[in-house]
Amino acid sequence: MPLRLSETDQRMLDGEMGEAARMALSVIARMAAVYEADELMDVTQAHIDGCGLLSEAGLQFAETLAAQGARVRIPTTLNMGPLDLQHWRDFGIDEDFAAKATRQGMAYEAMGCVPTWSCAPYQGYLTPRFGQQIAWGESNAVVYANSVLGARTNRYGDYIDICAAITGRVPRCGLHLTANRAGQVLIRLAGFDEALLARDEFYPALGHLIGPLVGEAVPVIEGLPAAATGDQLKAFGAAAASAGAVALFHAVGVTPEAPTREAAFQGRQPSRTVDLTPADWQAAWEDLSSAADGEPIEMVLLGCPHFSFEEFRRLVEAARAQAGRAVHQNVTLLVHTCTTSHALVERTGWLDELARFGAKVTLDTCPFHTPVVPPETKAIMTDSGKCAYYAPPELGVRVAFGSLEDCVLSAVEGRVTRRAR
Amino acid sequence: MSRTLHGKAVVPGEATGRALVSRMPITLWGGLNPATGEIPDPRHDRCGEVVTGRVFVFPHEKGSSTASAILLEAIRRETAPAAIVTAATCPILALGSIVADELYNRRVPMVVLSEPDLATIGDGDQLTVFPDGTITITVPDSGS
Repeated sequence: MPLRLSETDQRMLDGEMGEAARMALSVIARMAAVYEADELMDVTQAHIDGCGLLSEAGLQFAETLAAQGARVRIPTTLNMGPLDLQHWRDFGIDEDFAAKATRQGMAYEAMGCVPTWSCAPYQGYLTPRFGQQIAWGESNAVVYANSVLGARTNRYGDYIDICAAITGRVPRCGLHLTANRAGQVLIRLAGFDEALLARDEFYPALGHLIGPLVGEAVPVIEGLPAAATGDQLKAFGAAAASAGAVALFHAVGVTPEAPTREAAFQGRQPSRTVDLTPADWQAAWEDLSSAADGEPIEMVLLGCPHFSFEEFRRLVEAARAQAGRAVHQNVTLLVHTCTTSHALVERTGWLDELARFGAKVTLDTCPFHTPVVPPETKAIMTDSGKCAYYAPPELGVRVAFGSLEDCVLSAVEGRVTRRAR
Repeated sequence: MSRTLHGKAVVPGEATGRALVSRMPITLWGGLNPATGEIPDPRHDRCGEVVTGRVFVFPHEKGSSTASAILLEAIRRETAPAAIVTAATCPILALGSIVADELYNRRVPMVVLSEPDLATIGDGDQLTVFPDGTITITVPDSGS
């Protein structure tokens, strides 16, 4: 079926609203064919992931649009970028890389995007509301927006995100439509005790377990506690969207489209039911690590996705528990966050305390997009399932996964040290 | 000995190359080095292989939405596969190919086959992908 375009769509496609809008709508229309959508629909907010990776092609794409006078038509936030715009010199970043990264950032800002530079846009500025139709990139942000906030977005890859922002239009399909948001696979947690469910490291390992189990299907999880925090659901979703292609999950009694199992499935039957046991979880927990207990580490990476204010609180408490001991001389403890969390933390005394402990804080970026991990690095530790998943291929390191508290302890010891299991 | 399969052209185009077959879903972010065309992920069943010029055959994509940026950069650097053949539509990869077409007038054709048809493609088979989604397969002669 041919794509039905609105009058404005057609004017954009004909170049009447500028070359940038023409190219953006052309990408959207061609993607509508990929999705087998027969028309486009409005979105009222966008989050750009395409600003994050620095490549020649990505820079050329952004600068081409900006030079053509592209402007976003809807409020648009930016995912983390390739550079800590304030502190990059402290990390010994190459001047040429920094110059190109700055140019790429300026191109997106010139198009009218809000310079949030965060992969956790749901914990900062312009948080979408329930039911809002949005076009978000960044897999962890997508799964959080759909699942925890109840906003509606497909997984918008680089660079359809900015095309949606410029046109305010997306293919009408997928998770924008109510029927496609119904749960498909029922996941029952069996035999997990409350203490385990309350532990922060439970969530990334559970995401790592469920992601590959369901692929692109919508899982409905029964057995998560109503008290699960936003940070825990963020860690779960980020891991599930890395090891699998999860863009929406429901947790019965926890997330807004799942007050009951029936509501989560929209009255339909699950296509299959999977019962998960603590042994399955333990296997996923172990699968996240390639570095063994006792192995020396050179870095601890925290803040994947970007650290929230509450995660800073936990980090400070974990550092205090070291009773005056500081980060080992062979270890760099790096915390990645965004300006919105950082602005709150600046109102506490924590930054000085963390500096004395030996933690470094970096803004606007992440170790996968800016070169802060030296190439000779052999092993790192993280509390993030997503970071643990991507670090071996992307950073060429061995990785140990553990709780935030064990990450801090290991940073002090200089080797993988995990107390609680 | 050649035969023909019929699929859906997700990104229409024509290309020829030898099949590089993987049985695993892939994300190109962490799954492809665009500077070299190499698959660097030790967990991947074709780790160490170079996709450049091959018809890359795998079940479906997964993971990061940055994958389209990787494919775009690989197309710019001419390290990309000649074509991609899968058993499910891969919108993130299709996007990278479409943006490359808009920006550089170059694309990686992508075809979706049924799972049973996909399973008939052997590693090293000579494949030609056509704009209508047809694929012709020539199995290298084993000397019979």
